Amino acid sequence: MKKFLSIALILVLIIGCFAACGDKNTTGDPDSEESKPPVDDTASDETIKVAIIGCHTGQNAQYGLGVLNGAQLYIDQINASGGINGKQIKVIAYDNKSDNQEAINAFNRAVDEGITALIGDVISANTIAVVGEAYPLNMPMITPSATAAAVTYDDETDTVYSNVFRTCFIDPFQGEKMANYANEKLGAKTAAIIYETGNDYAVGVKDAFIETCKKLGIEIVDEEGYATGDVDFMSQLTTINSKNPDVVFCPNYYQDNGLIITQARKAGIKATFIGSDGMNGVKGYASAADLEGTVYCSGYAPGVTEAVKAFDEAYAAKFKTEPNMFAATAYDAAMVLCNALQIAEEAGLKTGSDEYKQAVIDAIRDKSADLECITSSGYTFDERNNPVKNAFIMKLVGGDEVYVETY
Amino acid sequence: MKNNEKIIPMPLRYLINIVLFVVFLLVMNNLIVSGTIPKYYAGVISFIGVNIILAVSLNIATGYLGQLPLGHAGFMAIGAYTSALIMKAASGSATIFPFALIAGGLIAALFGLIIGIPALRLKGDYLAILTLGFGEIIRVILLNIDNVLGFTLTNGAAGLQKIPKTTNFLITFIMVGITCYVIHTMMKSRHGRAILSIRENEIASESCGINTTYYKTLGFVVSAFFAGIAGGLYAGNIGILSPSAFNFMKSIEILVMVVLGGMGSMFGSVLSATVLTALPEALRRFEDYRMVVYSLVLVIVMIFKPSGLMGTYDFSLNGLLDKLILKFRGNHTEKGAMPQEKKGEAAVRKKEGKLK
Repeated sequence: MKKFLSIALILVLIIGCFAACGDKNTTGDPDSEESKPPVDDTASDETIKVAIIGCHTGQNAQYGLGVLNGAQLYIDQINASGGINGKQIKVIAYDNKSDNQEAINAFNRAVDEGITALIGDVISANTIAVVGEAYPLNMPMITPSATAAAVTYDDETDTVYSNVFRTCFIDPFQGEKMANYANEKLGAKTAAIIYETGNDYAVGVKDAFIETCKKLGIEIVDEEGYATGDVDFMSQLTTINSKNPDVVFCPNYYQDNGLIITQARKAGIKATFIGSDGMNGVKGYASAADLEGTVYCSGYAPGVTEAVKAFDEAYAAKFKTEPNMFAATAYDAAMVLCNALQIAEEAGLKTGSDEYKQAVIDAIRDKSADLECITSSGYTFDERNNPVKNAFIMKLVGGDEVYVETY
Repeated sequence: MKNNEKIIPMPLRYLINIVLFVVFLLVMNNLIVSGTIPKYYAGVISFIGVNIILAVSLNIATGYLGQLPLGHAGFMAIGAYTSALIMKAASGSATIFPFALIAGGLIAALFGLIIGIPALRLKGDYLAILTLGFGEIIRVILLNIDNVLGFTLTNGAAGLQKIPKTTNFLITFIMVGITCYVIHTMMKSRHGRAILSIRENEIASESCGINTTYYKTLGFVVSAFFAGIAGGLYAGNIGILSPSAFNFMKSIEILVMVVLGGMGSMFGSVLSATVLTALPEALRRFEDYRMVVYSLVLVIVMIFKPSGLMGTYDFSLNGLLDKLILKFRGNHTEKGAMPQEKKGEAAVRKKEGKLK
């Protein structure tokens, strides 16, 4: 019996293995025309394939699912209104579990299936890994959430990856913004920082913040780090309290920030807390009284314009949750991409060909300024393909995240 | 006993395996270069190769030596960063790559020695905890060393980027072949038998005059060396390294491969590394359920076959050929006179390539 079972199990595993290899033979057959667009375009003339790759499971799933839903929402709207030049957009969504290896696998698979563009990846490291594969293919890609500066250009040779765009801020931009804001609007003279050392996002924002503070003459009285997964910040916060700074900068994700702010009030810190877009969502992680007055910059402010309200409602109706910032930037990314696809289609180019991809890239770069996007009025890109857009300053008032101004 | 006789002479046995492996390499390489196997599959196959080396190398410490180290990802990280830094310094020159790989392996082996000497005085749980701590230390050092040094070496949390992608299918699988060959021959040698004897009964083997500390350290260092090589291949494959990729879960993932395949079975390690790398990809179309299926397979195997799929059994092509020849002869001379097999045959014997 045991022997039989183990043999059966081995067989299951081996068959599973062959299923992986067999994929292209068995399931590939029906859509073989689709999966090889350069050879045979009969099927892909009907649909345009766009991949959405990100972390749909795992610890960063909240970001990945936001991106997936936001982009899917816009593409569904386009498809419902007749598609692009009569062609429907087919979404190929793959999970990368925040793993670089999976990200590359997923991208290669999507390419084999004949995508013409990519919305993703979500996490900076995954995106950089995929850019390494996508740049030689000149595959148009827009990331709604990878904020590391090195995503769109090679920081060693200073060559811009002409095919890579994003609709979110970069890390240094947020650090600069918040330093300026602290100086100009909050009148801060001294600042302390508490940041997660194992997080490239937090480190990137922090470095830019310190640099700008030096220029502006804000004194950094204390800089405290903590390790990923820490939940007790009392020792760092006690040190910060003894230095009595005007503001405390927390460039971390919202769960950590909630704990930090709660413990900081217990440690006696009265200073204003300021943060970057990772602060978005902090209201569920600390009490209204502790959070009162906390400011952060965000790429998205709910309900500021009619377009945003419409987006909020459509999103809530479809997915039964409120959209987060990444859903909004992903919606914009899908809008920018679809507009570019439209232009490439109208130029009469063959879907998926090299000229087509180049036309899409050119259109993203040059023809996105007049779109009615929800996190920015149109997109223009600087020489490193980063969007030129303003930040929304959000403030915690009575336990709610309220839009203050566009800064 | 006539049965113990090897019908195919020794040099021929190696020759058969080597020829088969080379044919496998050439055929697969041609298929990949010509594009018959699409890039996605080629990529997955390369990652399978890296995972095979990891599983087979951990199998020395876990399967043959009978210890439970949980820091394999740490050695992999050392090898990966070392060879990545060398490759970056050499700006991707292909001739430097083998040296970068070996340097990665050697540095990892050095750390294996440093950690192994004190660690292997401990047993069971204590060793597990210690190596687990070691793996975490490596990761935290990689994260923070730039602040200590004052210049950019590992690039901290953002990770080492733009590593020249010099690894391809051929290099990966040549390394797989070499790894399996070296480990196989080592385990067949006097040293390997000494290592096996420690697993079976440490006190008994010590009383036979085996220097257990020496052989335990040896096994550990060899295991670390090949983990370093695998790390170097991983770096060249993926082009970006971040410390978070080498966390505790990565060590567990490798351990799962070894345990699922059967501790002490090289064939099992190769098989389960292949299957466990391919399975999540195969299940990609069932995106929401794939991790459930993956976990379920592990649970079921552990319930019904706790010793792993292969137990300690190792597949040997030549052994199979021997048996077939014997059977064939037996049929012609004295029917059924030949005993089918002997129990001790399960020992470690084989070369990997033909399995793929």
